[in-house]
Amino acid sequence: MHEKSVADLSNSLNNKDISSHELTLAYLDRIESHRELNAFITVDRIRALEQAQAADARLRTGQGGPLTGIPIAQKDIFCTEGLPTTCGSRMLANFVAPYDANVIQRFNAAGCVLLGKTNMDEFAMGSSNETSFFGPVRNPWDTHCVPGGSSGGSAAAVAARLAPAATGTDTGGSIRQPAALTGITGLKPSYGRVSRYGMIAFASSLDQGGPMARSAEDVALLLNVMAGFDPRDSTSVDRPVPDFTRTLDESISGLRIGLPREYFGEGLSAEVGRVIEAAIEQYCKLGARVVDVSLPNSRLAIPCYYVLAPAEASSNLARYDGVRYGYRAPEYADLWEMYSKTRAQGFGTEVKRRIMIGTYALSAGYYDAYYLKAQKLRRLITGDFDRVFEHCDVIMGPTSPSTAFEFGSKTDDPVAMYLSDIYTISVNLAGLPGMSIPAGFDGNGRPIGLQIIGRYFDEARLLNVAHKYQQATEWHLRAPRGF
Amino acid sequence: MSLDRADVERIAHLARLEVDEQELTAYAETLSRILGLIEQMNAVDTEGIAPMSHPLEAGLGFRADEVTEFDQRELFQVNAPSVQAGLYLVPKVIE
Repeated sequence: MHEKSVADLSNSLNNKDISSHELTLAYLDRIESHRELNAFITVDRIRALEQAQAADARLRTGQGGPLTGIPIAQKDIFCTEGLPTTCGSRMLANFVAPYDANVIQRFNAAGCVLLGKTNMDEFAMGSSNETSFFGPVRNPWDTHCVPGGSSGGSAAAVAARLAPAATGTDTGGSIRQPAALTGITGLKPSYGRVSRYGMIAFASSLDQGGPMARSAEDVALLLNVMAGFDPRDSTSVDRPVPDFTRTLDESISGLRIGLPREYFGEGLSAEVGRVIEAAIEQYCKLGARVVDVSLPNSRLAIPCYYVLAPAEASSNLARYDGVRYGYRAPEYADLWEMYSKTRAQGFGTEVKRRIMIGTYALSAGYYDAYYLKAQKLRRLITGDFDRVFEHCDVIMGPTSPSTAFEFGSKTDDPVAMYLSDIYTISVNLAGLPGMSIPAGFDGNGRPIGLQIIGRYFDEARLLNVAHKYQQATEWHLRAPRGF
Repeated sequence: MSLDRADVERIAHLARLEVDEQELTAYAETLSRILGLIEQMNAVDTEGIAPMSHPLEAGLGFRADEVTEFDQRELFQVNAPSVQAGLYLVPKVIE
């Protein structure tokens, strides 16, 4: 049962070949028998099985939708009423959300089952899932390696068939990079496509929730549920949402693929480069053609991001003061100590680093040199994409410069860790949609992801382009040994 | 730009983070390295470029001035570390 896609499971549920209760039980048992991956922070069996029974009742009366009864793993960044919502942090380890995020409300309304809350880098700050207060997640392809981050628990859960699909969030690559490192399909929608209401904030002008599953078709089914205007998110965009499954099979003959030369230069592993070139050749066989393009400011994306994201984070995370919710230090002499000890004990090292970088960048006398400068570069980086999209329909390249790396190999050097996101970050700065799809493996059997970047609100085209590749190849069907 | 221990102390104070003696040195070193990365920004002349704060640069939407939130104090205060009579308790700040 766990080998089936969301699309197949949907058919089986609607034909009453299986019940949601059976399906949910099977996945709960798989989660239990693979606890060594540490993919989940919270699993509530009773609640999941109750939701499954409600879904079965709905299916019996013919009131089900395409995803009714499908179990979904939710990243532990989405507030979930009555369940712990920790964001991977000690600060929120005891926080029980009093309301549902918009994304959770939408999955509930669709009749999905909440299988559990997945592990993640603390406050989504990390590229390896090693900054989680709840311990690192293991990559099912090689348990000595990281699954990527920050949505590492969701990625590992989908790759190991512990859930048919999951949600993630992506501020600088946190859906696409773990999708690449675990051999699954992930999509970061255009900024504003999916509501941020109830999604714990890291960097609000960059954060975007999106789906993670094994195929583009399944990702399209999930995006149909997640996308849409929400008046409670002031940056939610009020524009029509197409049925993302409707155009999956359209021909891609004549598709113009832009290959930015900056994505194939220094820093890219040779093995990853070869696999990406093979994937592009496959696209040419499907009728696409290649256009040589340039994103000259892309080398500035990481420096720019590491001003803007920490600046926004230092402001967003100021709310964790030990007063209204979350952790409070057990001992303090006065209000000042209560704040500073609570925050020192409640946050991990990487989160504190970013809060301090952001605080510094915004502090008196430094604002123009850092924050304003970075905002100007953001415009240059965005302008590069605007120009390139005059000559091509999608941009392709590697998702990550290397495959999954071993635990501890980058934890002492934050700058080395930040470079994991060198090809993904500029997409967030521009607010564009981006995907990662499985395209092959390195010599150690570790997955490699192909990144596909599209124009604003062109998710349907990205999914179509990804789906056509998956119809012609079988990389997305490979499962890690033992799962 | 490299930061010394006094810089880290000042930033930590602004950020309301307690940092002990040993950590000061470690933070000074890693934060300086991150700033080294950030300063690659200076290689580009951005004179005359308008800053961009938001990917879509859409103005904020307006809505009718109607009550949409209702009092849920008891529900929200379940998560509070310390409350009494509906109030959040913090150490005394006024003598």
